[in-house]
Amino acid sequence: MPMTITEKILAAHAGKETVSPGELVQVNVDLALANDITAPLAIDVFDRLGVREVFDRERIALVPDHFVPNKDIESAQQVKVTREFARKHRIKHFFELGETGIEHVILPEKGLISPGDLVIGADSHTCTYGALGAFSAGVGSTDLGAILATGNTWLKVPATIKVVYEGNLRPWVGGKDLILYTLGLLGVAGAVYCSLEFTGEVMGRLSMAHRFTMANMAVEAGAKNGIFEPDGTTKEYMEGRSDRAGNFLKSDPDAYYEKEIKIMVDDMAPQVALPHSPDNVKPISEIGSVPLDQVFLGSCTNGRLEDLREAARLLQGRKVAGGTRLIVIPGSPLIYKEAIKEGIIETFLDAGAVIGPPCCGPCLGGHMGILAEGERALSTTNRNFVGRMGHPKSEVYLANPAVAAASAVMGQIASPEEI
Amino acid sequence: MKIEGRVWMFGDNVDTDLIIPARYLNVSDKNELAKHCFADLRPEFVKEVRAGDIVVAGVNFGCGSSREQAPLAMKAAGVGAVIAKSFARIFYRNAFNIGLPIRDSEEAAEAFSEGARISVDLETGEIKATDKETRFFAKPVPDFMMEIVRAGGLVAYIKREGSF
Repeated sequence: MPMTITEKILAAHAGKETVSPGELVQVNVDLALANDITAPLAIDVFDRLGVREVFDRERIALVPDHFVPNKDIESAQQVKVTREFARKHRIKHFFELGETGIEHVILPEKGLISPGDLVIGADSHTCTYGALGAFSAGVGSTDLGAILATGNTWLKVPATIKVVYEGNLRPWVGGKDLILYTLGLLGVAGAVYCSLEFTGEVMGRLSMAHRFTMANMAVEAGAKNGIFEPDGTTKEYMEGRSDRAGNFLKSDPDAYYEKEIKIMVDDMAPQVALPHSPDNVKPISEIGSVPLDQVFLGSCTNGRLEDLREAARLLQGRKVAGGTRLIVIPGSPLIYKEAIKEGIIETFLDAGAVIGPPCCGPCLGGHMGILAEGERALSTTNRNFVGRMGHPKSEVYLANPAVAAASAVMGQIASPEEI
Repeated sequence: MKIEGRVWMFGDNVDTDLIIPARYLNVSDKNELAKHCFADLRPEFVKEVRAGDIVVAGVNFGCGSSREQAPLAMKAAGVGAVIAKSFARIFYRNAFNIGLPIRDSEEAAEAFSEGARISVDLETGEIKATDKETRFFAKPVPDFMMEIVRAGGLVAYIKREGSF
């Protein structure tokens, strides 16, 4: 029976020949992950299950990233609980201090996910790894605690929505704009329980950074996972990162898709999501004058080297507008170091930006740049619900790194073309 | 088992940041979390909610972040059940796992209003107003999910079954 790539991965991990949408399956998990705010509850569940050992100390990743470096006493306690569990169970992939960064940036960087893998994480943006041709989905802490104990979980096989991107991208338009545009079409409930498969000639030309950006935001449409067919670009990315071959799967040509959406990109301009929803999307030309108190460049969506490079191209020799704060957070220590070598960090500092340690920072209203009442920010993050980045009466606009840089220079939402 | 209480009406796409803002996620204790349930959306909620009250909402309830602290806060605050036109998938799983009763119903969001007294029969799925003849049935819950509920939650289910 013809299957989509998502169905093939689920079937393989369920020990079945085929699976079809709607079916409930039990699957083995290749990698289970949690962060500092989801691990403590998961650990509590693990302990209550009374199991002595984790299912596999090499298939678990615990990454404190949300409220680190420890935001306050309570956060320090949560990290401590996570650290102690990691030590007690000799968890191989526990990262701290100079090793840690944003989970969805550092784990692929370290080669912990390969094409064809099945990854479950206690974080909604676990769907990011679908960029590598893996099935990757978010769950809550209790589900994750159960996986720590058993190494498997149950899933309902999702129907797949195929999104086909055709044409040629204009300058300054990339993965972030494509996914924002798609969210504008689908809406925040447009892909609930479905798999979003990103296809078309445009996808083949996207670098891994842009693919991670797109897969990262699949969850904003309510999707279970987002996925790309792995190809030469994927292979090149995996080179030297992992000694596992991975499984380079493709969807069967006659596989069943619940829906097929075609998007022509030739005329697509940079997209902006307006408050207070990631699906409230407009092209930048329709935004008008929006003065900004803060611009944030970073997050699991756009905190990678390519994102920083793009922003640096525009900030080179320029200054952040007076009255606007620019905060930059590289997604991992490796990215931070590379950015220093390439002069990117210096460019940001000369422009007047503040550089933060690799972590989630203000994305979810944690720390490192919270908004006051009435303040407006533009960020390269993935959500802008009410109160997301601070005061409930603050506003967040979402956009790509180039728009973020241009906006920081202009002190208001601006297209890269304007500067 | 029957839940009976007053209705708290919510709209579409109520995300988990609204249910429990991130600034409160530095703790895991459910009673502490309960104090901040809906803090930014309905500040009066924590003071006025009574045990057994029922949240009635539109589509995609619980969308956004996977934080299990969201259903935990609601349950600890006293919410007896959540009835929505639809639920976001992670919230759906989390609610069942921690024992917060939820049911899908298109009609409920249309039929009831703020403060109405209603009851939900968790076995039959029957939802009705306690002072009128308004009654209908929620969408049935998959057998497998009911097994988890009957066992007393995911932890109890796994302890009994060993796995799935």
